[in-house]
Amino acid sequence: MQDGSLLELRGIYKSFPGVKALQNVDFTLREGEIHALMGENGAGKSTLIKVLTGVYVKDEGDIYIKGHTGPVQIHSPKQAQEVGISTVYQEISLCPNLSVAENIFLGRSEGRIISWRKMNKQAGELLDSLGIAVKPTQQLASCSIAVQQMVAIARAVDMDCSVLILDEPTSSLDESEVAKLFVLMRKLKDRGVGIIFVTHFLDQVYEVCDRITVLRDGKLVGEYEIEKLPRVQLVSKMLGKELDDMADIKNESPEYDSKSDEFVYEGKGLCSSEGISPFDFNIRKGEINGFTGLLGSGRSECVRTIFGADKVTGGTVKVDGKEVRISKPIDAMKQGIAYLPEDRKRDGIIGDLSVRDNIILALQVKTGFFKPFSKAKATEFAEKYIKLLDIKTASVNTPIKSLSGGNQQKVILGRWLLTEPKYLILDEPTRGIDVGTKVDIQKLMLKLASEGMSVTFISSETDEMLRTCSRLLVMRDRKLVGELTGDQLTQNTIMATIAGGEKDAE
Amino acid sequence: MPSNALKPPKNSKMPGIFRHQIMIPIAALVLLALFNLIADPSFFKITMGQTSNGDPVLTGQLITIIDYGSEVAILALGMTLVTASSGGQDISVGAACAIAGSVLLRVLCGTETSPEKLHAPIIVGFLVSMLVAMIFGAFNGALVAFFKIQPMVATLILFTAGRSIAAWVNHNQLPNVNEPSFGYFGSYIPGIPIPTPFCIALLCFLVTFLILKFTTLGLYVQSVGINEKTSRLNGLNPEMIKLMTYVFLGICVAVTGFIKVSRLSTINYSVVAKDIEMDAILAVALGGNALSGGKFSMSSSILGAYVIQFLTTTLYKFDVKSDALPAYKAVVVIILVIMSAPAVREKLSQLGKKLRAEKHTAESA
Repeated sequence: MQDGSLLELRGIYKSFPGVKALQNVDFTLREGEIHALMGENGAGKSTLIKVLTGVYVKDEGDIYIKGHTGPVQIHSPKQAQEVGISTVYQEISLCPNLSVAENIFLGRSEGRIISWRKMNKQAGELLDSLGIAVKPTQQLASCSIAVQQMVAIARAVDMDCSVLILDEPTSSLDESEVAKLFVLMRKLKDRGVGIIFVTHFLDQVYEVCDRITVLRDGKLVGEYEIEKLPRVQLVSKMLGKELDDMADIKNESPEYDSKSDEFVYEGKGLCSSEGISPFDFNIRKGEINGFTGLLGSGRSECVRTIFGADKVTGGTVKVDGKEVRISKPIDAMKQGIAYLPEDRKRDGIIGDLSVRDNIILALQVKTGFFKPFSKAKATEFAEKYIKLLDIKTASVNTPIKSLSGGNQQKVILGRWLLTEPKYLILDEPTRGIDVGTKVDIQKLMLKLASEGMSVTFISSETDEMLRTCSRLLVMRDRKLVGELTGDQLTQNTIMATIAGGEKDAE
Repeated sequence: MPSNALKPPKNSKMPGIFRHQIMIPIAALVLLALFNLIADPSFFKITMGQTSNGDPVLTGQLITIIDYGSEVAILALGMTLVTASSGGQDISVGAACAIAGSVLLRVLCGTETSPEKLHAPIIVGFLVSMLVAMIFGAFNGALVAFFKIQPMVATLILFTAGRSIAAWVNHNQLPNVNEPSFGYFGSYIPGIPIPTPFCIALLCFLVTFLILKFTTLGLYVQSVGINEKTSRLNGLNPEMIKLMTYVFLGICVAVTGFIKVSRLSTINYSVVAKDIEMDAILAVALGGNALSGGKFSMSSSILGAYVIQFLTTTLYKFDVKSDALPAYKAVVVIILVIMSAPAVREKLSQLGKKLRAEKHTAESA
């Protein structure tokens, strides 16, 4: 092992039936370093992490860890913990109904008798030392996702981990929460912990990381120091091609809709059980607009109201000029509205069903109970969209849960495109998926709009929205506070509108 | 357009799993058959016998199996759908069978205990009992779907009260049907040597498969069982679909209750269809269906039901006393269920792969 390294992987191979997930991958993590692991979906990041944490057993290769002579064998998550590797996943894997302190000490109390006071005191000290502002006795479920994540990190730190893996920790955090997380990460770095940071956000990588390892198609592309790798190069290394694609979109400025004055959807005074103030909303044929605002500002709640996903408590709706009632999803679907939900796992996929069944589901429901598609017809539909959206799946029979995140997202997108909607709502379609797929989805949106489909787009990444939308609706504190078009569509105006009065007060 | 996606690669997982699920009851069946073949081949003998009226009928252990297994198989149809949609089981089907049977007798006999003439045609009696069973099914379904009560807890209510209700329907009398044609449904129709319950079961299977083929019920039920939230966002009404499966089970209950009552031409409220719910649930489990809901295979459940009867008949054949029967059954069931548990199956398939790989290297060397 080299001096100063905490963890070394040498020549790791791992394959699954039909897929070589990792081929001859090397990886080195040094003491007190934040190391970004980058790559597109299917590049092998998740597999590498799972090999490290004992979820998968590697086929070939050696793992060396500081303090252990010779290669170590990691066959289970428990063994990984024993050698000092801890992981915090995107989905929190703690117990929401226990207290913060209980979660930190769960499963590792000494002896049979627990001193609650001592446990809470220790937890309090630990949280203080890491600067996490939460009471040890608070129930975990009542904390924000960010705090829950930090509690998970605190637990890992307290278990004397030397290698901390953060798998997409920031994808459900807003900016201030991300900043807090970074403070915590830097603190750990100073203590000599090595952090492997998996994320899709380039900004964050450049803000906090020291080194980057890039994987592509299961192979190592290289390890780089952050100063020596400009963004453009990083992206091109991840994609394995030059950046024409990205440039294309930037040049393609959104067309401001003069060609059509026809409203596809008009809503007045809409509100739902999720507590957003009544809002008006409309969209023209072929228009792309979007809801923006901070996390929790009510963006998703707005589109859920439009689709009837939450209980609609008021308002009138006109589709194509005719007054209609939309109180549940099927009503919206019958009006030609489609909705790709924000939470893919909870609201999007039917995990155990095949890719085929997942693709045909919405159209099948729309078609009716007594008119099932034949298997051949369903397969034909599925294959059409697998091809069109370039979905990577072994076959139409593969259960959707075994696909990677980006491909699951494409399947759900395919499901809604199959219904040939005239109005498509995309809530965070690009979250947690790789740059290449993001670009594909944005391009597809522009193409669909040019063919006359109306699209509402929500994204946490403002530049994505600036690139595609011709009109932005700004949300603050569950209220619609502004509408931006034309020249107003710049980062600065958006920020100012989101910040609103507070900004003036400064 | 020939596409690669049409032909899954050789080592694709899904077809293997599909083969696997129906393989569980088949393997159990083969095992039981082999055991009987070795112990006493006469188990498989089928002879042409005669009823007391002189009509020709088939007799033999296998005939007994398809005769009595049919009751559980019919219930397994509904139980499979209930399990898939709600991720839980209805434990009240035995009690509900008693109610259905009791209602049937009440309609046919009126208030008399042994009427000379039936008060209504058999079909009317059956339809009324089916309606009642569907209402009770809807009651269970509503508790599960709208009040979100765990299925076993929700159906515990009817499980507890059902037999009392059945007795109350006939004022605790035990009516007796003298009409000989009523007995045909639980034994043989003159001229047809195959037991009627099996014919009824075949008809039920056919209807169920037609429903699954010509409606989207299968897809909906699985979607709701796997992810209720997603199903709702795709325009489904999960509550209605769950309710529907319980009502469907109600129909199955009515058919089974009819067969049960027809076998005796009367009813014993505390004994009729006793513990049949456990056999029906077991049939679903033996079929390799997850009891936590989601994907299901109807044919596997049906086969599972007959495997259970095969086991029971085998045990009787070897003179196991009827009160000791459940204990023996339990042992066999434990083995079967463990063998079909996903964890064990995975281990077995790994072992199989290893053996094959070793064989392969041995051959190439």
